[in-house]
Amino acid sequence: MFGRYRGLADEGVLGLNKRNGDYILRFNPRRLYPLVDDKLKTKRLALAAGIAVPQLYGVIETQHDIRRLPEIVKDHPEFALKPAHGSAGDGIVVISGRSSHRYRTISGTLLDDDFLSHHLSNAINGQFSLGGVQDVVIVEYMVRFSPLFERISYQGVPDIRVIVYRGFPIMSMVRLPTRQSHGKANLHQGAVGAGIDLASGVTLDGVVGTQVVTHHPDTTHAISGLKIPDWDVILDISARCYELTGMGYIGVDVVLDRDLGPLVLELNARPGLAIQIANRQGLLRRLKICDERANFSAPAAERIAFAQREFCHPVGPVLATQTVASVA
Amino acid sequence: MNNRHIYVLSAVLALIGLTLFAYKSQVLGFPLQPQEQTRVWTVEAAVRFDPGPAAVKATLRIPNLTPGFSILDENFISRGFGHATRSAPAGRESQWTLREASGPQTLYYRAQVYRDASRIAEDTTPPFPERPVLDEPSRIAMEGLIAEVRRQSADVASFTTELLRHINHAERDPYVSLFMSRGSANADAAELATIFLAGAQIPARIAHGIQLRSVTGPVQSQQLLEVHDGVQWLYFDPKTLEQGLPPDFLIWWRGDEPIASLEGGGNLDVTLAVQQNLLDSIVVAERRAELTGSHAMDFSLFSLPIATQAVYAVLMMIPIGALVIMLLRNFIGVKTFGTFMPVLVALAFRETRLLWGIVLFAVIVSLGLLIRFYLEKLRLLLVPRLTTVLTVVVLLMMGISVLSQKLELQPGLSIALFPMVILSMTIERMSIVWEERGASEAIQEGIGSLLVAAVAYVVMGIAWLEHLIFVFPELLLLVIAVSILAGRYTGYRLLELWRFKALAPSRSGP
Repeated sequence: MFGRYRGLADEGVLGLNKRNGDYILRFNPRRLYPLVDDKLKTKRLALAAGIAVPQLYGVIETQHDIRRLPEIVKDHPEFALKPAHGSAGDGIVVISGRSSHRYRTISGTLLDDDFLSHHLSNAINGQFSLGGVQDVVIVEYMVRFSPLFERISYQGVPDIRVIVYRGFPIMSMVRLPTRQSHGKANLHQGAVGAGIDLASGVTLDGVVGTQVVTHHPDTTHAISGLKIPDWDVILDISARCYELTGMGYIGVDVVLDRDLGPLVLELNARPGLAIQIANRQGLLRRLKICDERANFSAPAAERIAFAQREFCHPVGPVLATQTVASVA
Repeated sequence: MNNRHIYVLSAVLALIGLTLFAYKSQVLGFPLQPQEQTRVWTVEAAVRFDPGPAAVKATLRIPNLTPGFSILDENFISRGFGHATRSAPAGRESQWTLREASGPQTLYYRAQVYRDASRIAEDTTPPFPERPVLDEPSRIAMEGLIAEVRRQSADVASFTTELLRHINHAERDPYVSLFMSRGSANADAAELATIFLAGAQIPARIAHGIQLRSVTGPVQSQQLLEVHDGVQWLYFDPKTLEQGLPPDFLIWWRGDEPIASLEGGGNLDVTLAVQQNLLDSIVVAERRAELTGSHAMDFSLFSLPIATQAVYAVLMMIPIGALVIMLLRNFIGVKTFGTFMPVLVALAFRETRLLWGIVLFAVIVSLGLLIRFYLEKLRLLLVPRLTTVLTVVVLLMMGISVLSQKLELQPGLSIALFPMVILSMTIERMSIVWEERGASEAIQEGIGSLLVAAVAYVVMGIAWLEHLIFVFPELLLLVIAVSILAGRYTGYRLLELWRFKALAPSRSGP
């Protein structure tokens, strides 16, 4: 057991305690949380900063507003409903079509008006928000995902997660929905996570849970070796999200739209650690490289250059041998 | 906030906690074990006399300076007598007075004493005694004896022993027999020794006391010779010449006078009796703290009413339960519903016992979940739905209680303390996780919560721990110290070693 502990420490694997204690508590001030926890605020900030996000159609703020839904989506047969404070994709409904009074979700289920109203009122009452506080529902553009990922995802929208440490993109992965995850890009539910080489934007092998997979379980196509288009744009908008929020340790979720290119879906102030498994690399090593050599006041372009230079997969051990993760 | 600050803070907290703990357990004698008992002796003096026609004044000498023992409690029992205690050269005196009395009278003095090693004869160094006033032949005999004994001895202790030996063999010793023939024929060994010691300028006095036995019944008072060697009092048995205070010997009064005296009456008779009993150590410690003027008791839970104490006996264990959960979550990595929900469930287990608690929890949560899934179909708003679930939970609990009453199952009745609101929230959270993340995740977290609750229950139920925390609440400072330290633990959680096993280099398997 101690051997494994040592082994993980040597590999620079970031544990929950260390992530919380040394990075989130230190670099993500509590007062900034609303900026990322409220997707509506994030969206408005991003728009102001010129970062591309899915277009906002409307906001459902009260029980009364629910009736306004048909009016909001009058010109948009396809749209997504998102609780502004939802976490991990909870409560998101994506509608890809309508027939008379029914809505068809992306997975093909038909929902009647009644069901959708109930769902919306649950969301407004805070069923999906942290701590059950009152919430609002965002009605926005439904991302038409790029055909690029069609071969390695099952329904749903694959999204790209980039961990940004004080403005430096340090690790990224793509989350590919599977049948098991009900078309959701959620690793907990069985989506495939595949690391992305930060330097080139080419995918690596994937993992389901903690198991390494080389092919998508549903489509059986090889996961690795896919070059993600607009990779430099993705890195650029991710890096700029640091200035957007001021938070030093965030996960930026980006989707690739067929027509609009990379769009920022949401920011996460407590990004998960599974990205390490997807990349088969510890985050700590990269965090330390940043701490040792990075110029934190550099502009975004310089930061990206640094990241692409330093974090070319695989990243070797930190030169200065340091004891990491000692028992406090 | 750097780590040194954290270390210093927790070290200070731990130090304060441990110091208070050590003081209370070692100095004040608070028991470290539950139901620990201390031997306590009840000593009693019964003073009987026949009053004369006029006013009566009875004086009883009572214990005061009792090396090795402390008085827990004392009382004076008399009917109609005026009563006062005062200090006197012999120690303390209790005085009973009555203007007119008829028929034989009995007065009682009763005291509870317990062993107290910290109590030593702390009275001041006595002045040099005055030389006894004697006639010429006696004085010559005394000086001769002193000169001879001094020749045979090295210090005060050996002088006293030698002197007592001479006195005990009076018939063979010319000086002593001469001395005794000059008018001190009735004096006993101890009295003679004090006279001779006074002649040799050594402070000495007679101590009267009783042997504290485990057998209940009357005891005879015994004499000890106390001699001051310039530093401390030494004790000698005048008959056996043994030095030192015999074990379980309670010094009652000092001096040549008898234990009691009477004015205005006759047939004075004093009987002493002793009885041993066991008393909760806590009572003794409390009393001791009170007597020593310590403030430890002022902040003790024992100053609260009994009913409140019972509540605190439980409340004080909640931090321990929270500590267990903290360890399980942050060091092991067990997932639970709600941070401290398992503590409350563990508290409920106290009433139901573990097995029944788990069964009841499982039954209520699964029935609640069924209802919740049905309610999902009705598409109720969140708060009304929660209210419904809560009400259903209460009804379920009532149903279980009534059913178990019919089936004569006792544990079903103790369900009342089950935290219903917490259960309702658990049901709600669980059903959402069930829907959003799948059944396996929900059941996993549910079992995790139950497991953590069970562990917390077992730890919180350790009687010894409960006793320690209740008697020494300062130990909770240690809990804070540990929590603060744990708050800066940034190492891996145990379950993460498995979660990230794919990342561990293959060379270092477990």
